[in-house]
Amino acid sequence: MSTVVRLDDAVVTAGRFPVLTGLTLTARAGECLVLEGPNGAGKTSALRLIGGLESLARGSGEVCGIDLRRGDRREIRRHCGWLGHEGSFYDDLTVRENLTFAARAGGFDLAGLATSVEAVGLSQRLDVRAALLSAGQRRRLGIAWLVMRRPSIWLLDEPIAALDTSARIFLQGILEDALAKGVCVILSAHDNTMELRAPVSRLTIVGGRIEMGESS
Amino acid sequence: MIRVARLVAVKDLRVEWRSRVILWQVLPFGVMTLLLMGFAEGPETTLSPSVAAGLFYVVVLFVSMLVIARSATIESSPGTANSISMLGLDPAGVFLGKATAVFLEVLLSALILLAGTTLLLHLPLALALHSLPSVVLVVMGLSLAGTLYGALTSGLTGSPTLLPLLVLPTMAPLLIAGERTISAIATHQTWSSWLGLLIVFDVGYTVAGILLYGVVEDS
Amino acid sequence: MKKLAAQILGPTALVTTALTVYLGIWVTPQDDVQGNLARMLYIHPAAAWIALYVGFGTAIIASLMYLWPRTRSTAADHVAASAMEVTLVYTILTLITGSLWGRPAWGVWWVWDARLTSTAVLAVLVAGYLALRRAIDDPELRARRSAVLALVAAINVPVVHFAVVWWKTLHQGATILTPGSGILVHGIMAWTMLLSFIAFTLVYAWMVRERYRIAIRQQTRDDRELAHAVSARHSEGGAA
Repeated sequence: MSTVVRLDDAVVTAGRFPVLTGLTLTARAGECLVLEGPNGAGKTSALRLIGGLESLARGSGEVCGIDLRRGDRREIRRHCGWLGHEGSFYDDLTVRENLTFAARAGGFDLAGLATSVEAVGLSQRLDVRAALLSAGQRRRLGIAWLVMRRPSIWLLDEPIAALDTSARIFLQGILEDALAKGVCVILSAHDNTMELRAPVSRLTIVGGRIEMGESS
Repeated sequence: MIRVARLVAVKDLRVEWRSRVILWQVLPFGVMTLLLMGFAEGPETTLSPSVAAGLFYVVVLFVSMLVIARSATIESSPGTANSISMLGLDPAGVFLGKATAVFLEVLLSALILLAGTTLLLHLPLALALHSLPSVVLVVMGLSLAGTLYGALTSGLTGSPTLLPLLVLPTMAPLLIAGERTISAIATHQTWSSWLGLLIVFDVGYTVAGILLYGVVEDS
Repeated sequence: MKKLAAQILGPTALVTTALTVYLGIWVTPQDDVQGNLARMLYIHPAAAWIALYVGFGTAIIASLMYLWPRTRSTAADHVAASAMEVTLVYTILTLITGSLWGRPAWGVWWVWDARLTSTAVLAVLVAGYLALRRAIDDPELRARRSAVLALVAAINVPVVHFAVVWWKTLHQGATILTPGSGILVHGIMAWTMLLSFIAFTLVYAWMVRERYRIAIRQQTRDDRELAHAVSARHSEGGAA
């Protein structure tokens, strides 16, 4: 499996506060990397750095071969997809309109829209505004957005928070499917309740850097 | 670039259509401000066309501030901002799309406020109609510059107050040129140089936005 | 060579300014119409020249250098910010001296003519640039956005320059260069005016250099504080 993410001693600041204090990690295509740790450890910041949404204050890194310091961060972002625990789309638009926008933005055929919606179980909610969806349905819409875009790196910020058991199982299935297709999944979690039938590495971040890690 | 511009413009206009913020909040604010201008002048005062024109453009400027701020916050929720950033859209297209949506929204508001100005502040109707080309150019300048400045201040502490501080001085030439055009039309003087200024301003900010929006968006 | 130039910049600025003051107050004659008021000629145009062209021009060039990948550096950002701070000082000086000059000449402290108005607008634009910088903590974000703002605000500078040509205004026509005619100020007055431009430019350069040095010291302190903060976070991790 090829390395798609490499961080070496990465330092990221928020104002004058160092949110990452020398993070070193690698992630490979088809691998699931779970970042665990307490609140404020820097898990979300690590995801944002990998996704090209933050700049490096110190250290170095590469995502899909693009240098995080000198490379085009917009190009990095095109390789990545984001799923946060907040909404990832436009609340005032319907499910269909949100996904149509995502498809057209990426230059994808709209024929894939039906498949994505079917895969996440939102076929009956196509013309419902995103603001009116339940938390679980909003998470499914975010996943449909990812499935539609097919990025090579999925960045999921606490994806199982506020999901019931059936929703978690559904999400695990989607992730296993994506991993089998060579997607690199990097997700943050408070706890160890995500069991995937795929190679999983777990890293614990504390104080902005890796405290301990293992791969399965 | 044009494909992305169309996509973003349609999306922004659709969001506005669903929320109706312009219809239910911005326009009533504009009309109320016109009324307040009338109150400030007093019931016995008859405004000259140039004063009425100036007040009209001040109200349009305030209205455009609200529309620009709203446009800049459509993607303001962190999750949405992250997801949209990941799409990697051509920034020049995003700029043109957002500016187009703001232009259409502000133009609609300006036309309604122009009608309000003829009614409430007694701007002659014929004068208002003759000044339409300059109104369009002024609104275009407001939209182009405002979209760029909206991106500059988005996500910052104090952006609701920072945006007007940055935008208002930039808009001053637009207001001057707009009001002087109407005054020149009213007094049968030449106004082509004012239109020239407006065109230069609009072209300048179009080019600036296309070249620089990506730098701002990336930061 | 660079060090030598830096060492003589301050004294040279001081000497040329002193010479300008001496010539401007005691040597040059009064004007036939404006009397001693005409001695504002040795302050106001030079201040305006610095504010509108030298200061703003420096900030624009430094901002361009920051945005261009090959020349991007924190030094360029510091130069742009320093230049803008000094430009604000000179812009306010231009407006104040203009008012002082205009009151006896026009009868009012302020008139809404195009050049004065545009200069006031420029002062607010520069203040807005500094306000934007204060609102952003992250150095790279601050540098990028303020560089873009400087370039965008530069659209206003040609408006100021051509204001006198485009519009009929109350303001004096271009004093040194008018389209299609020669220089209007002659003899010792012209030389003193030229010297004032040189003096003000040197003072400007000295002020920007000093402000830049302060910015560099601040950056060094910030880097040190970041290193301490990183160590402190590592301890937090160890304690956990």
